[in-house]
Amino acid sequence: MMFLSLLVFSPLLGIVLLMFVRKTDERMIQWLGTAATVPSLILALFAFIQSGRGFRLEQLDEARDWVRLADLPFLTDAAYVIRYELGIDGLSLVFIVLTAVLSTLAALASVLVKTEKKGYFLWLLALEIGMLGVFSAANFVWFFLFLEVTLVAMFLLVGKWGGFERERAAYSYLLYNGLGSALLLVVIAVLVARAGTANFALLHEMLHNPVAQGQWIAPLSEEGRRWLLGGLLLAFAIKLPAFPFHRWLIRVHVEAPPPVVMLHAGVLLKIAAYAMIRFGVGLFPGEFRSFAGVLALFGVINVLYGALLALRQRELKRVLAYSSVSHMGVVLIGLGALNEAGIQGAVLQSIAHGLISALSFLLVGVLAGRTGTTDLNRLGGLTKAMPLFSGYLLTAALALLGLPGMAGFVGEFTSFLGLFQTKPVLAAVGALGLILAAAYSLKAVLDITFGRDRRGAVMNPRSTAEAIEVHQAAVDLRGKEAVPAFILVALIVAVGVYPQLLAAPLTAVVETMMNGLGG
Amino acid sequence: MNDVWQSDWGMMTPEWIVLAVAIVLVVIDLALPSGRSRRPLAWGAAAAAALAMIATAAMIPAEPASILHDTFRLDAFAKAFKLIVLAGAAFALLLTADWKPKEDSPHRGEFAYMMLFALLGAMMTASSGDLLTLFVSIELLSVSSYILAGLRKTAPESNEAALKYVINGGIATAIMLFGMSYLFGLTGTTNLGGIARRLQETNEPYMLALAFLLLLIGVSFKLATVPFHMWAPDVYEGAPVPATAFFAVVSKTAGFVLLLRLLVTIFAAAPSEGRDPSSLLLSMQPVITVLAGLTMIIGSVVALRQRSLKRLLAYSGIAHAGYLLAGFAAMSWTMIDSLWLYLVVYTFMNIGAFAIVAHIVNETGSDDLDGLTGLYRHRPLLASALGLFLLSLAGIPGTAGFIAKLYIFIGLVVTEPGHYVLAVVMAITTVISYVYYFHLIVQLFFRPAFTAPLGRLPAGLSTAVILCALGTLAIGWAPGLAYDVLAQFGHFGDFLP
Repeated sequence: MMFLSLLVFSPLLGIVLLMFVRKTDERMIQWLGTAATVPSLILALFAFIQSGRGFRLEQLDEARDWVRLADLPFLTDAAYVIRYELGIDGLSLVFIVLTAVLSTLAALASVLVKTEKKGYFLWLLALEIGMLGVFSAANFVWFFLFLEVTLVAMFLLVGKWGGFERERAAYSYLLYNGLGSALLLVVIAVLVARAGTANFALLHEMLHNPVAQGQWIAPLSEEGRRWLLGGLLLAFAIKLPAFPFHRWLIRVHVEAPPPVVMLHAGVLLKIAAYAMIRFGVGLFPGEFRSFAGVLALFGVINVLYGALLALRQRELKRVLAYSSVSHMGVVLIGLGALNEAGIQGAVLQSIAHGLISALSFLLVGVLAGRTGTTDLNRLGGLTKAMPLFSGYLLTAALALLGLPGMAGFVGEFTSFLGLFQTKPVLAAVGALGLILAAAYSLKAVLDITFGRDRRGAVMNPRSTAEAIEVHQAAVDLRGKEAVPAFILVALIVAVGVYPQLLAAPLTAVVETMMNGLGG
Repeated sequence: MNDVWQSDWGMMTPEWIVLAVAIVLVVIDLALPSGRSRRPLAWGAAAAAALAMIATAAMIPAEPASILHDTFRLDAFAKAFKLIVLAGAAFALLLTADWKPKEDSPHRGEFAYMMLFALLGAMMTASSGDLLTLFVSIELLSVSSYILAGLRKTAPESNEAALKYVINGGIATAIMLFGMSYLFGLTGTTNLGGIARRLQETNEPYMLALAFLLLLIGVSFKLATVPFHMWAPDVYEGAPVPATAFFAVVSKTAGFVLLLRLLVTIFAAAPSEGRDPSSLLLSMQPVITVLAGLTMIIGSVVALRQRSLKRLLAYSGIAHAGYLLAGFAAMSWTMIDSLWLYLVVYTFMNIGAFAIVAHIVNETGSDDLDGLTGLYRHRPLLASALGLFLLSLAGIPGTAGFIAKLYIFIGLVVTEPGHYVLAVVMAITTVISYVYYFHLIVQLFFRPAFTAPLGRLPAGLSTAVILCALGTLAIGWAPGLAYDVLAQFGHFGDFLP
């Protein structure tokens, strides 16, 4: 069975075919690049539907020998063998579907990218392989391998196709995330060295059942485990990003091309959430308890800090960037609650924010393309010229502030519900962030859509020509842009109205983890 | 005397091949009229190195043996590291074939056979079982290298490089010899195994520690590790590019061969001071750890400021020597394995990078970073190949560099207690190194073209680039290939005499 390999590596076919397309044939490149994301999407949806009908996902597991690190007489046979292993459960499946959907939509939205499309699509598809691989990997080494693919691909995508300060943003991304990866690598090396395996299931077995550990490894002490978990959490806190490490996120959100931000905000940030659940709660449940309070605290700081700064921004991309910081804080809050509701909430919030931020950045990309600015001081009253666009923008804002009936509400509600059960005071403080969210999202969006009509009379236009340009360029959403926007809104509402869609595949996984936590 | 003639000289077949071809090339170079091209000599020398590699590979299954009163050993260690220096030298010779110096020096024939002599020294170092052969062979390598560094006879920077190399190398030699004299004085023998056995009975921990430190200093010069790394950037910059590639790869490998042969063989069993005598090597572990950490930090931080490609690669080489030294400092059961693998990988990625730098220097006459700017526009394949080598040097997964680094990491944490601090330092310096490697990638791919398009890659360089790229990718995606070869050496169980 090659199902998962096909799912992960099918964009590779697109990469190979793209190599043979002439650089100047942009229509063909756009078409082929988008088509290349479709097989993964179909396979992911197929797996999702099948698992909803009771198909056991373990049947998809794949394993092949890759490398034997050592062959010493005092080692048992399975020790220090690193296999190529893929395997998914409900938790990974949810994220894989999110990745596949957003990749296709981002590829569609790539009409917004105008320069050197061939190279752009090559790396966009590489990014998709990396993201799908991260969620499908069943061992630490391959998880890391795929994670680094996304690192290189993002560096190139931001650095070459980004905005004015693109290279600075790319380096920012590289250094922060590289540091996170380096820390992660140390943790992985310790685990592989001490346990002799990188496989998640085997690691789980060895960490929980000391008898299963061979005599040839130095056992991990209680303190050692706490250090490992600390390293893991720090590594992923940088990638999430949690409060003091968030600077790179702002730069990337502002500078990267819109379709890339859709994937970055939509999927790449969620890798950290996924990893915290999978490795933090999954591998070190006992030690996780002692970190839960810190996580919740940082979650609350993230929520408030992000929201307050978002309120102060006068540039739409920056508003959304700080709102991402704020919303990722909710994920930390859910994890910090460390109960069933909290973890469910963290996952739901990840998915919801993935969809909502993808929608917002798609619209921002359109707006920037039309008017040449995302400066709130220079935009206003777009409803008349762009009614459809304004409608979508308003929908995005409502989703962002967590309106009941939309995806954001479910995630936030469940996460906070979790925290109110365990740490009510902290939760109450954090909930203030939700009010602020309503303030900043409505303030920004209403300015743009209904505020004073500044078309033709842009405040402080740099030139008359610019003023005229802004006026004329304000064309409403075109078909190619409206389709992804519509799909995203549909998904946001679907998750909001019927959260069971996502909660169902998660239940079993979360229950297993709660058993591990002993609660 | 009799047994000298009855020795199994066949064990030295690879050395004979290299020596014989070197002598033949000397004669041809003398006989050829001065106007004739010396290019075929380099090809012949590369073929000799390749042939010697095949001969070495053919001997892998043989039992460990030694001849000449145990001065020449042919154990798994000797074979494994000989393969690396042979491959590195063969690649460097390919670079030599297409070397186009600015001065158009007529003396290019020397390049081929001096490199072979240097290679012979490196090979003998790997096989030495005696202080004397070890010293003589490392000096053969060094003296030949001094000449190689100064081969652009009319270029002042090349002369400066040669002079710096001679002086620094001479001091290192003197210090190392001083250390060796202590060992001889304490034990009365020059045989490595003999020294190791006698040292177990002696009780001179302070003298031994002094000898150890002197030897370590001497070897540090050869490895270009901190604090004895200062010569490397100047020498790398001044020397002709193929010679630089040779120093970066073959001399560095030979340095680590020396480190393992000398220090591990002798001191692994020597008692240290104290009531509970552990081995002297283990008690010196903190010193090596600190040196490894400093080497990694200084190498990667100073590399950030370089504008010359050759200097950049020199500092990157210092940082990599630090990673290798970290692997040594761990002293885990994967030590020799991980160093071997790292040196193999290092040979591929470094020679690949140097081959492309050589082309740029040939074409533009300068080794400034700007020579890379916008290379992707004219020569997408060449730029992509260099991108691959840079990613591998940075240790990004999917390339061989990652696998090699991962193995060192595992070695660092597998021991009890683990070297976590060193592992973290290695991780952080790796991230620092991202800055300059990715800076080159930015130059290659993001910027518009700055210089005139480069000409086509000559045959020798393109052979080297293609083979190195294949090696880098193959070990990156199917590391099992390298580990299977490694398994042939039985984890160097016969290393200690």
